[in-house]
Amino acid sequence: MNNIRNFSIIAHIDHGKSTLSDRLIQTADIVSDRDFQDQILDTMDIERERGITIKSQTVCLPYTANDGNIYFLNLIDTPGHVDFTYEVSRALASCEGALLLVDASQGVEAQTLANLYLAMEHDLVIIPVINKIDLPSADAERVKKQINEDLGLDPETAILVSAKEGTGIDIVLEAIVKNLPPPSGDPGAPFKALIFDSHYDAYRGTIVHIRVFQGKIKAGNTIIFMSSQAAYKVEEVGVFQIERLPQNELTAGQVGYFIAGIKTVSDTRCGDTITIKDRPCDASMPGFKESKPVVFSSIYPVASDGYEELAVALEKLKLNDAALIYEKDTSKALGFGFRCGFLGLLHLEVVQERLEREYGLSLILTSPSVQYELIMTDGSKFTIDNPALYPDPSGIVQTKEPFIRAAIIVPDRYMGAVMNLCLDRRGINTNYQYLTSDRLEMIFEIPLAEIVYDFYDTLKSITQGYGSFDYDLLKFRETDLVKTDILINGERVDALSQLVHRDKAEKRARQVCGKLRDEIPRQMFKIAIQGAIGAKIISRKTISPFRKDVTAKCYGGDITRKRKLLEKQKKGKKRMKMVGQVMIPQSAFLAVLKTDTD
Amino acid sequence: MVCTAPFLFDTLYLGGGTPSLLEAEVIDSIIDAVRNRFKFLKAAEITVEVNPGAVTFGQLKTYHRAGANRINIGVQSFDQSNLDFLGRIHTADDAIYVLNASRKAGFENIGLDLIYGIPGQTVTSWLADLVKAVEFAPEHLACYMLTYEPKTPLSIARKKGRFNPLSKKIVFDLFETTLTFLTTNGYEQYEISNFSKKVIGSPGLRRSRHNQKYWSAVPYLGLGPSAHSFCSPKRQWNHRSVRRYINDLNNGVLPIMGQEVLTRSQRMIEAFCLGLRRKNGISFESFNQAFGVDFEQVIGDVIPDLEEKGLIKADQHHFALSQKGLLFLDSITEMFITHPAFSAGTRL
Ligand SMILES: Nc1nc2c(ncn2[C@@H]2O[C@H](COP(=O)(O)OP(=O)(O)OP(=O)(O)O)[C@@H](O)[C@H]2O)c(=O)[nH]1
Ligand SMILES: [Mg+2]
Repeated sequence: MNNIRNFSIIAHIDHGKSTLSDRLIQTADIVSDRDFQDQILDTMDIERERGITIKSQTVCLPYTANDGNIYFLNLIDTPGHVDFTYEVSRALASCEGALLLVDASQGVEAQTLANLYLAMEHDLVIIPVINKIDLPSADAERVKKQINEDLGLDPETAILVSAKEGTGIDIVLEAIVKNLPPPSGDPGAPFKALIFDSHYDAYRGTIVHIRVFQGKIKAGNTIIFMSSQAAYKVEEVGVFQIERLPQNELTAGQVGYFIAGIKTVSDTRCGDTITIKDRPCDASMPGFKESKPVVFSSIYPVASDGYEELAVALEKLKLNDAALIYEKDTSKALGFGFRCGFLGLLHLEVVQERLEREYGLSLILTSPSVQYELIMTDGSKFTIDNPALYPDPSGIVQTKEPFIRAAIIVPDRYMGAVMNLCLDRRGINTNYQYLTSDRLEMIFEIPLAEIVYDFYDTLKSITQGYGSFDYDLLKFRETDLVKTDILINGERVDALSQLVHRDKAEKRARQVCGKLRDEIPRQMFKIAIQGAIGAKIISRKTISPFRKDVTAKCYGGDITRKRKLLEKQKKGKKRMKMVGQVMIPQSAFLAVLKTDTD
Repeated sequence: MVCTAPFLFDTLYLGGGTPSLLEAEVIDSIIDAVRNRFKFLKAAEITVEVNPGAVTFGQLKTYHRAGANRINIGVQSFDQSNLDFLGRIHTADDAIYVLNASRKAGFENIGLDLIYGIPGQTVTSWLADLVKAVEFAPEHLACYMLTYEPKTPLSIARKKGRFNPLSKKIVFDLFETTLTFLTTNGYEQYEISNFSKKVIGSPGLRRSRHNQKYWSAVPYLGLGPSAHSFCSPKRQWNHRSVRRYINDLNNGVLPIMGQEVLTRSQRMIEAFCLGLRRKNGISFESFNQAFGVDFEQVIGDVIPDLEEKGLIKADQHHFALSQKGLLFLDSITEMFITHPAFSAGTRL
């Protein structure tokens, strides 16, 4: 056990975690050069397309240290985006240490701090690493100062590396071996392991990712899930080395997986403890704090008979995305679907894309909403996140909405721009402080509803990429909420309703009507699109009916060309949903969902 | 091509290019050769396409003797300025000559092609063309809307601003004029641009039996450069280059330039876009048979709706575009093919 090291690589987004992982993987020589690709741990298409990590990934690296011993380094590469903090915190639960990366030109940013705090909560030993020292704009001295002043870590222990060019990698490896503690735990004690992730494999069923805290596990053992008491016979145990690598056994301190022909997908729950039936451990591990969804949206299949398929897909996806929550939902316009909770808008997009790509579904999502608290005239109180369920406003005495405390770190020249952005989003500036001579941390209290849409992207663009942001949830505060409805040819489309602050309702309704006008194809009749609050129409757009077509002749030699034209049109309008008399393409729902402020 | 069934051909069409440039005897021997090689119905419709200014009475008589029973004349217009615009070498008098000569040569089935939508045209001048055409009492009339196909000399000239195209509004007025005039003068419109003389007792008699094949997914065989052949689900076409075509044949190779095998969804698109061009429209029964679905059940809801808007006419057996609906041919076709029942995600 002394030759095992379990650690995560944590950092702000884009500081180079996956690239550093690449270099560590390459020194371990577990992948042939032919099979190697950059950011090899970013295996999902959506990760590669967006160039960001979404899922934490584990890999076990054999390493011969300068002391001549072979060590097994269990590395977990984590995502940096604020929506995926839950992935990071679960990864940290199976580690004794962490490499905290800081980009040598960007310096300490909001998630550098947030992730450091997470690691400290788990009592991890932290090795600061300054990455991208090859960049002309790199300023290691300045970053060292920030590590000292912002993070309170010893700048002398920071290792200078360029993950891209491979400099400093040996020092990192030696520091992992020397400075991080080996895991503790008695291999002779009853078996006890924590489930920190899982995924579904079409051939093998559920693959459960575990960190063993005590005892051993091998094929043939009967394990039980402590929360459900479900029992399964283990078929295979192993470690991750890009591929799954079967092992004879996993013992205390190790990170790996087991396969046990688990038929009931819902038996596997992230954070659960497993033990062995014949010799169970005494108590389960504390598990994980439940993740708290902040954005809610309903998902419906485009195909009218797609509900069952969607249900199965969600259950399987949930195995690999512990933060996703869902429950059955129905809509007059869209039929049966699921109301889902997400950790942010990016999380929502990722879930949609994974469902579509990995499960071949075509989906419609309703516009995202946060959760509101309503106090009614009869004294009752409830929370609501689904505009379709919004009660008659005359029965509401008070409405409260969630606020966040946003910490924004920016170079001070962007102070004014950030101030304007936050005030426009109904924010209150409570505080700011200089971190170093030209960098500020600005604290705002902002309604959560105002940041779920495009706050992060806007912040990035107004600060030319230098602004970073992290947030904590605060208490609910009183607000003035209205429900805006969208009527298409006089018919209310429940799936397009939104809960909005009164001051912003008209603008939002106008934007939504505009987007719908652009997305809904002409039909034979005039289509009226209206935005309304209650009975009051606050915006209006129309789509004029079909225009007459010029017709060419069409004989043997013309048919193929004509058909190809039609095929192209069909492709563009694929995935339409009939709502009343009007066909609404999936893209229209998507456009509404992404309605930004301008 | 791919069809192996012993076909009985019931039409032969010599067209594309200007067949009448060939010696009449060559046409005679082609008709002979085809009739000997393939099985033909005795009463097969045999059409020869001719262009005014390029055919003589003598030739027409030879065609008739060789077995041709239908003549199709590319008149285009009786107005010299229109003919000039279209770059035709013939004059209005040439057209009149061929029309008279064809009758004299013994043809009882004469088709005449006209084009409208030509810059400068008005409802009055187009009506004059139609009146003139009807004077000859042709059994068949094809009136084509002038279209600007990409990369043709005409569309290039238009792009360069060489002329002012007619406004869409006027073009559609002309379309409606055509329908009203011809239907009140004894013709039925059986396809968006094809009209035939109504014959009491057998209304569809004068339709071009041959043309109708293109819109109903029945097999046809095309010989010669560029010709297309079809035998569902396969379509193939010959080389455009005459030299290549001849070379291939000399080398014992079929001169096929390309082919496609239609998927079910492609066949369905064609069924809609071709079927909706026709007065007969789409028959529920044949659609169901071709695609193994229950049309009424999957998208039947669309029919009453379109009917109510006056865009289609439907009975128990078929539905077809109304006169108003024809103006929206493409949009309505698109509406059918993008209907959720035929889109991704739903299996039929
Ligand atoms: N110049 C330079 N670029 C680097 C270095 N390390 C990483 N990069 C680049 O920085 C970008 C982000 O790298 P990633 O490794 O994907 O960053 P990450 O921290 O894993 O990002 P997330 O997973 O999205 O949080 C990529 O374009 C890398 O090529 C380095 O040492 N020098
Ligand atoms: Mg990454």
